[in-house]
Amino acid sequence: MGKTKNKSGPLARRPDNSAFKQQRLPAWSPMLTANTVLPFFYLLAVICMLLGVWLLLLVQSTQEIKLDYTDLGNCNECFDLRRNVSNAAQTCSCRVEFSIDKSLKGDVFFYYGLKNFHQNLRRYMDSRDDGQTLGRIKNLKKNPSSYCAPFDKDNDGVPIAPCGAIANSMFNDSFTLNYHLSSSRSVPVPLLRTGLTWYTDKNVKFRNPRADNLTLAEVFEGTRPPLYWQKPVYSLDPHDPNNNGFINEDLIVWMREAAFPNFKKLYGILNRADPIFEKGLPKGNYTIDISYNFPVQHFQGRKGVVLTTLTWFGGQNHFLPIAYLVTSSLILLAAVVLTVAWWKFGKDGKNMKE
Amino acid sequence: MTWRSPLALVRDALQGQRARERELRSLVSNLPYEGQEKGKQPNRFFLSNAIKTTKYSLLLFLPMNLYEQFHRLANLYFVGLAILNFIPVVNAFQPEVALIPICVIMLLTALKDGWEDFRRYQSDRKVNNTPCFVYSRREKQYVERRWKDVRVGDFVRVVSNEIVPADLLLLYSSDPNGVCHLETANLDGETNLKQRIVVSGLGAANLGFEPESFNSTVVCERPNSNLNHFKCFVEKPDKDKVGASIESLLLRGCTVRNTNHAVGFVVYAGHETKAMLNNNGSRYKRSKLEQKLNVDVFFCLILLFAMCLIGAFGHYLWLESLPGVPSFLVPDSNGHLDVPSLESFYMFFTMIILLQILIPISLYVSIELVKVGQIFFITNDIDLYDEETDSRVQCRALNITEDLGQIEYVFSDKTGTLTENKMVFRRCSVMGTEYPHKENAIRLDVIDEPESEEEVIFNQHQQLPRSRWSLEAEDISPPDTQRHGRRRKSKVAANAHSDAAFSSPLETEVIPDQKLLQQISRAESSGGRRDGNRSFDPHLDFFLALAICNTVVVSAENAHRQRVSLQSRSNSPLQNIRKCQGLFRKFSVKECTSPQSSQMRNPLETFSSLVKKAGAFFQRDKRNRTLSEDPVIDSAKTEDEADANRLRTCSLHAPSQNGSTIVEAEELCYEAESPDEAALVYAARAYGFILLARTPDSVTVRLPSGEDLVFEVLDTLTFDSNRKRMSVLVRHPVTKDYVLYTKGADYSIMELLGTPYAENFSGTEKNIAADTQYHLDCYAKEGLRTLCITKKVVSESTCQSWLGERKRAQAAMECREELIMQTAVQLETNLTLLGATGIEDRLQEKVPDTIVALREAGIHVWVLTGDKPETAVNIGYACRLLEEEDLVINMSCKNKVTCTAILDCTLEEVRRYRDDPRNAGTTQNISLVIDGNTLDMAKSPDLQERFVELTKHCRSVLCCRVTPLQKSAVVKLVREKLKVMTLAVGDGANDVNMIQAADVGIGISGQEGMQAVMASDFAISRFKHLKKLVLVHGHWCYTRLANMIIYFFYKNVAYVNLLFWYQFFCGFTATTMIDYWLMIFFNLFFTSTPPIMFGIFDKDVSVEVLQGVPELYRTGQGKGEYNFLTFWIAILDAFYQSLVCFFIPYLAYQDSDVDLFTFGTPLNTAALFTILLHLGIEIKSWTLVHWIIMLGSVALYFIVTLAYTATCVTCNPPSNPYWILQNQMADPMFYLIVTLCTVVALLPRYTFHVLKNSVAPSPLLQGRQLDRMDPSTRDQWIKEWRG
Repeated sequence: MGKTKNKSGPLARRPDNSAFKQQRLPAWSPMLTANTVLPFFYLLAVICMLLGVWLLLLVQSTQEIKLDYTDLGNCNECFDLRRNVSNAAQTCSCRVEFSIDKSLKGDVFFYYGLKNFHQNLRRYMDSRDDGQTLGRIKNLKKNPSSYCAPFDKDNDGVPIAPCGAIANSMFNDSFTLNYHLSSSRSVPVPLLRTGLTWYTDKNVKFRNPRADNLTLAEVFEGTRPPLYWQKPVYSLDPHDPNNNGFINEDLIVWMREAAFPNFKKLYGILNRADPIFEKGLPKGNYTIDISYNFPVQHFQGRKGVVLTTLTWFGGQNHFLPIAYLVTSSLILLAAVVLTVAWWKFGKDGKNMKE
Repeated sequence: MTWRSPLALVRDALQGQRARERELRSLVSNLPYEGQEKGKQPNRFFLSNAIKTTKYSLLLFLPMNLYEQFHRLANLYFVGLAILNFIPVVNAFQPEVALIPICVIMLLTALKDGWEDFRRYQSDRKVNNTPCFVYSRREKQYVERRWKDVRVGDFVRVVSNEIVPADLLLLYSSDPNGVCHLETANLDGETNLKQRIVVSGLGAANLGFEPESFNSTVVCERPNSNLNHFKCFVEKPDKDKVGASIESLLLRGCTVRNTNHAVGFVVYAGHETKAMLNNNGSRYKRSKLEQKLNVDVFFCLILLFAMCLIGAFGHYLWLESLPGVPSFLVPDSNGHLDVPSLESFYMFFTMIILLQILIPISLYVSIELVKVGQIFFITNDIDLYDEETDSRVQCRALNITEDLGQIEYVFSDKTGTLTENKMVFRRCSVMGTEYPHKENAIRLDVIDEPESEEEVIFNQHQQLPRSRWSLEAEDISPPDTQRHGRRRKSKVAANAHSDAAFSSPLETEVIPDQKLLQQISRAESSGGRRDGNRSFDPHLDFFLALAICNTVVVSAENAHRQRVSLQSRSNSPLQNIRKCQGLFRKFSVKECTSPQSSQMRNPLETFSSLVKKAGAFFQRDKRNRTLSEDPVIDSAKTEDEADANRLRTCSLHAPSQNGSTIVEAEELCYEAESPDEAALVYAARAYGFILLARTPDSVTVRLPSGEDLVFEVLDTLTFDSNRKRMSVLVRHPVTKDYVLYTKGADYSIMELLGTPYAENFSGTEKNIAADTQYHLDCYAKEGLRTLCITKKVVSESTCQSWLGERKRAQAAMECREELIMQTAVQLETNLTLLGATGIEDRLQEKVPDTIVALREAGIHVWVLTGDKPETAVNIGYACRLLEEEDLVINMSCKNKVTCTAILDCTLEEVRRYRDDPRNAGTTQNISLVIDGNTLDMAKSPDLQERFVELTKHCRSVLCCRVTPLQKSAVVKLVREKLKVMTLAVGDGANDVNMIQAADVGIGISGQEGMQAVMASDFAISRFKHLKKLVLVHGHWCYTRLANMIIYFFYKNVAYVNLLFWYQFFCGFTATTMIDYWLMIFFNLFFTSTPPIMFGIFDKDVSVEVLQGVPELYRTGQGKGEYNFLTFWIAILDAFYQSLVCFFIPYLAYQDSDVDLFTFGTPLNTAALFTILLHLGIEIKSWTLVHWIIMLGSVALYFIVTLAYTATCVTCNPPSNPYWILQNQMADPMFYLIVTLCTVVALLPRYTFHVLKNSVAPSPLLQGRQLDRMDPSTRDQWIKEWRG
């Protein structure tokens, strides 16, 4: 009744007496005092502690082998060769040796790593054409995106595929891992060179232009490979014809720019079909044959390979478990301080005597 | 149109410019030139009446609006950054995308501006095309024209209820006395009618007016915006000058009332009219908080520059450290690489673009939104709603709500602010004899009682016809019955009355003092036979003076504001009555909502109050335009009201010998500009001296004997605040004496008394002045307002010469005010004291309570009043401004030397008192009472320091006898010297200066018109509302806004720093690891609503506790919660949190194969949770709204980001957001990192809060703890705590 009366009559302008308008909505107002939050602190400390311990145990079970081959062994020569840009066309290969003391169990991942290589510079990152790698003919044959400049066309005005600085600077060392059963007998360790990328990258973001019964070479006719490349994009992988063009997994992996200047990128996964490697990499001596192409002198960089097993939360990373343990102890410390305060200053929070 | 040379056009334009700029303007009639080409028109240079208030034209909208928008610094900043993005070497984002935010903001603003302008255009067109009547020589009559066609020099005829189209000099009125009534509500909100008088001496006014014969020149001043001043004279062909003032000016926008028609000469038109010149937009004040905010924005700017410099320098070092040209260094499109120093120079600007949101541009928008919300809640507060006047609190200034929470000094007017300003005649003293009016006092006490059992009687309206006749017989009823009858004055009815200018029964009814009544009738009977001497009886003269010496407008109640409509007369009376009864029924149903009692009243009482209510209802009704549009109701009202009034008469007990004449007289309705005057006229009426009519030239008064006397009014010396008195010069119709009646403040009158008249009253007269002064002092002690009434007989020759001088003064163009005042002072000498009156102005409801609360809240309360010190001190005690145990310092000195001495002494004393350890624990306060003269001396430059120092120690200060100018000077002095937040509250025109001078001006929409309200920032209807407005809303608004602003700074710094830390890992190349769109969304959607909600809804302490413990208000005073410390703590916390949110993911992903935007995702998410939960720690009370918005923000983040990353394959080229969040959400690492970041980031703040609250809780926290108690224990607790 009140409402209808309010609209007219003597009290027409009377405000509604509703909880919202009178700011009387029921509210929960938590009191941040020691006695209310102490249980929460202790609980949190315990949870963090348990989580930290569990993660630490998990990390302890992983294994990782890192190998910096920049100027290791006979790679030294190649390293010196690559110092001079004019020698870029010359091939150079070298071999490094290492041994595994304890077998790596389960899936083993083979990464190559770079130090001091900034894939995260703004202009470098911009220098790519996602339209081109998506297989758009226009971006491929006529005009790659201007973001690729100056790596969009070569000096003759022929478009470059894939264009841009990222593709141009692609990592082009290749590796063959050998396992030495004995001093004389060695077997190559089989590596899966596919399945390294995100599913969405391989199937959505990177696609070759529509072929229509043409070979891949014919599709890419009228384009040039990037300046630093020795091979055109359609023959990157001589072994697997389906791993060529823009969907080449090495390319895709490279094109996903690393967040930091020191990074690793997946090169291959141990193929456990072979009975020798069924349980992972056994202990023993190994060599890696490296086709040494990628120059690192210009940025004081280092190159390396990483062999590692993974846990459900990533590779061998001690930071997270330790961080959880430290956090747990910090919370505990805070909780103890608060408990002292609680003991000293009124347990019921009614310390309002003045 | 004939062709004219451009030269002539330019010449004309220059001439026009000069003519408009000239100090004086000579205007002549347009009629002789009618139909001639424009170049020949004499008034062609003055603006036409067409108005254009639009800002833009259709063609120029875009450039002008852009220009307008770029005046805002924030927009300029935005645009500058967007332009920076277009420079290839410095851009950080895609330039097109970077343009989007500023474009959206500016487009929205432009749309809003365009819409507003279009509305203005429409209303302009409507106004310009309103019809009006302009005289045409060709047609020899008034023809209908549009408003826009009216030109200066035209003759315009206005009829009743028509709105005046331009500023008109009134030349003719259909009223025989040459009066035209005007309602100026459109201009100043004042609803009482104002009289305008035809310019005198322009031929026979009554014989109709022939515009064609008007051949004088009107000389007037340049247009100005002063609504109350106008200087002009009319020069007749024979060089005779007639002065005219505002009294003869009909202002554009006003409505003509009660006058059939009037003719005016257009002096100002269109934009030169006073109404348009006054129409200058809304007030803009900058709050203290915002000023401080700007300083902090400046700090942010410094921070931004520092960060950008670090970025630029870092980039330089990084480039320098590179041994060669690695393949990741991308040259420009020509294959060229710039030198490191140039690169780093560019990088500086790129960094600015990247880190731009460190300057919280959106903060300004958010603050505006928050204030809109706060104002919404303030205006919707039912506790600040006044039922009597049906008004809410009005927030007129939209941007100073938070200033209400920092008030340290309150300056209050007394009359009408602390008191009701409903003047009630209480006592009087005539010729040195006191008449205490005891019955009157009892009556007022009775009214004070709570009005229970009132409205029930309306169920009996069927008795209406019968009681009407039965009442006549009971004409003279004993006084005590009367009192009972009056007891049932409904509050609502009283209000309805007050709507129609001061005629509430409280003021209209005065019970005469029996002794005085006898005295009068004795004088009457003794003097009645000897006509010549009658007026010499001072008792009669006293009441004559009361009735004559005023500016009260008399209007017959039934004629009052009646619409002139022919149809209304053609209705049959029977029908009217029926209609009327219907109305009555409707009305009574509305009113009988309080069935508190079914007690029967005797029919007389019932009916008398019923009629009063009915009258009230009708008066309201007439004001209501929509209702009164109906002619039937109108006429019904007219007829029935005549009856009603007659009935009301009967219930009143006037000492009437002649019933029928009284009936007539009672239909009168008095409208006064000041309520004192009305009170005095009603008092005179109670003694049978009835003011029947007032015209500019005459006053008609009915004497108790029933005889009507018509006094010729020669001049009225109106009241001004310097003279503090007013006089009326009249010619007595019987004795033919020229008599000057003066009334005014006692101190302004007492020094003007002369001693003529001695021959009439030998012996006693010597003591009259002394006795009266004694009585006056007594009145003042009781808190009554005192007025002295005097008389002076002027000889004919003096009178004539004075009138001549007066006329010259009025026609003067130069310093007219001074001359007029001089003439007034000249005449007002040698006055003879007749007596004095004491008028009560009762305290408003809950004033003491409010003042005590304000004092407890640490607010210094000053009361500034024009009253005498005695009255003021008395009221001061009554409203608990002064307490009995207080140390009251009284400062009143005649000259500066003593003033200095006193000031020094007191200051010394006070200091000693303060420093004395024995006084440390006492609650005794120091109060200061100071009068206007002393105040003037004290605030002179050499003493003001000491004075301010003294007042700093005083809890309350009472300034008496101050002028409006002094009021504002005091406010300014305190505000500037002490650098404190001041609030001024007042209700009348005399408070306007003060209200404008203070930081926060509060107007009380009371009895004295609307000027104070128009000048104010907030308008309330009762003083008691101040308590909740300041203590509750002020506190809330301030804490909410202060916390929100701090939070806003924190939020921006925390988020931007994430980007900044990353620069250390990407060679300072301004890379972002968060997709640009998501960054925009983060600020625009995900984290924008929670702080706004926080600023509008958060409630730290409940209403009850804030009102119960006013001390909590002190937290906001002075520096308050938003100060240097809190700001920098927030910034430091932001740095810490951003470090945590960046480096935990960094360390977790170190040396891994993580890609850039995958790394950014947990970062962004952790930042979102940290920022929202940070707010969660700050939020004091969680309502449903809080939950919805907080959870909604999180949900929105995930929904929008998931949708964006699922659909955007190549849409935002440099970044590759596709499927990133989806991938991350499938990775347990993501959750581990986000949780850890959030916990570690918030741990210090949370722990600190808990620790502080446990160890040293702030008063506000204690207040919140009170909230949690149940109401009864809480009240008890508060009582104990206070006691």
